Amino acid sequence: MDFFLQLALNGVVVGSIYALVALGFVIIYKSSGVLNFAQGEFLLLGAYVFWALVEGRAPWPYAVALTVLFSILLGLAMERLILRPMIGEPIISVIMVTLGLSSMLRAIVLGAWGTDTRPYPALFASEPVFLGPLPVSRGYLFSMFVAALLLASFTLFFRYSRVGIAMRATAFSQEVAQSMGISVRRIFAVSWSIAAVVSALGGILLGELRGGADGSLAILGLKTLPVVILGGLDSIQGAIVGGLIVGVLENLAGGYLDPIMGGGVKEVAPFAVLVLILMIKPYGLFGKVKIERV
Amino acid sequence: MLRLKNVEVIYDDVILVLKGLSLEVPSGRIVALLGPNGAGKSTTLKAISGLLLSEEGEVTDGAIEFEGQRIDRLLPEEIVRRGVFQVMEGRRVFEDLTVDENITMGGFIRSDRAGLKRDRDLCFDYFPQLKTLRGKLAGYLSGGEQQMLAISRALMARPRCILLDEPSLGLSPKLVQEIFAIIRRINEQEKTTILLVEQNARQALAIAHFAYLMENGRVVLEGETEKVKNNEDVKEFYLGGAGEKRNYKAVKSYRRRKRWLS
Repeated sequence: MDFFLQLALNGVVVGSIYALVALGFVIIYKSSGVLNFAQGEFLLLGAYVFWALVEGRAPWPYAVALTVLFSILLGLAMERLILRPMIGEPIISVIMVTLGLSSMLRAIVLGAWGTDTRPYPALFASEPVFLGPLPVSRGYLFSMFVAALLLASFTLFFRYSRVGIAMRATAFSQEVAQSMGISVRRIFAVSWSIAAVVSALGGILLGELRGGADGSLAILGLKTLPVVILGGLDSIQGAIVGGLIVGVLENLAGGYLDPIMGGGVKEVAPFAVLVLILMIKPYGLFGKVKIERV
Repeated sequence: MLRLKNVEVIYDDVILVLKGLSLEVPSGRIVALLGPNGAGKSTTLKAISGLLLSEEGEVTDGAIEFEGQRIDRLLPEEIVRRGVFQVMEGRRVFEDLTVDENITMGGFIRSDRAGLKRDRDLCFDYFPQLKTLRGKLAGYLSGGEQQMLAISRALMARPRCILLDEPSLGLSPKLVQEIFAIIRRINEQEKTTILLVEQNARQALAIAHFAYLMENGRVVLEGETEKVKNNEDVKEFYLGGAGEKRNYKAVKSYRRRKRWLS
């Protein structure tokens, strides 16, 4: 039983970080219809920038703030350099560009910092906190708390703030949004910046959990794809639930099935469930079904 | 005063839709823009509001002025900030936003909280029905309710000029009358200038002060509403009340006159 709880808890922690990164993916998809395949690289870049700053003797809260700032600028640059020239082109072309961008960013990161794991400093005391009988590392608790806080604030942002509503309006129709005086360019810039920021924060949290940054973080970033498809591409709740499901499944499969099957189930389990769910709910768990008036 | 001078619009670099269109909408008036399908009425509105850009359309010649300043070449959001707001054809409410959120989006360009709250109440005053639907998704409203919502969004922006594209589209005759009565009320009470594009010529002429008749991308007839109403051709082709029974000969004469008009 303890083993099960331990696995489930690990799953929830990792899953909440997946959910955070998936949120970025959903925001971009919602506002512009683009699938951003460079999401994993945003995460990678954030993790390395944070490491470089800490390595350069910045105290870690400052390093986090600077990484966030860097990510905002990255998002703005994306809008200016990639999206704006692509206005009026088919969405699929923009998606292809993000695919190219992901290779480019990964190459830049590996070129600049190499392939070795770059260790993070230990921010938390190593003795665990006990949740009942269950020992939990402080880093895990902290990560989960931060992820939950961010997810909650973005959910509120989208539901109640004017800019949040404007982003949903733009997602529905750019033309109508423009006719209200909403600047579609600015909405895109905001959504790409948010996506870059949540990915970078996800990268820092994952780096912290794993003890350092390395190239495999980008692959973890790509895990957001099953997460968002599971939850429904355009749903924030979906990203949260999807993230938790994938995180927990992965860990349970890893703990129980890997020893029997000889490994590898951990990576496949979320996709198996994904296929099952899509057979029953083709729009994902929370995906928007188009409203049709008859 | 909204003024179009010799405006030419080309879609996709080749299709000439407006061929030197000139018209004037004096402040505080309702001006109707009538004409058959494909005459370029919606294009005219989109040229004014700047929404042509996202459809690969472009104003290639002429000028559009609002209160003395050129507004062609501006981005749509800048034109809204100058006080020109378009209510698009087919209502186009944000279907997966609630009624309240749709209304909030109408006031997106403003930040005066008190004024926004007052205008939200004003919308519910014009359209009491919407008040009971506040939390409902706009996609589930009926056609008439959606049209009311679309007009409410326009009110929230406090524009000096509203461009209304086919508000009667797909509505029952009774609702059309209601909506048109409210358009007139908005014009009188809020002093909002209105440029009204309509297929329903009878309704439009009932509330407009001035009317333009467009065919094939040009204005073919203009004048005070009374004068336009009494024009023989308008009576026959747009108001459908020339009186005598149609026969084959009359149909031929219709064709002949059509050609003459364009």
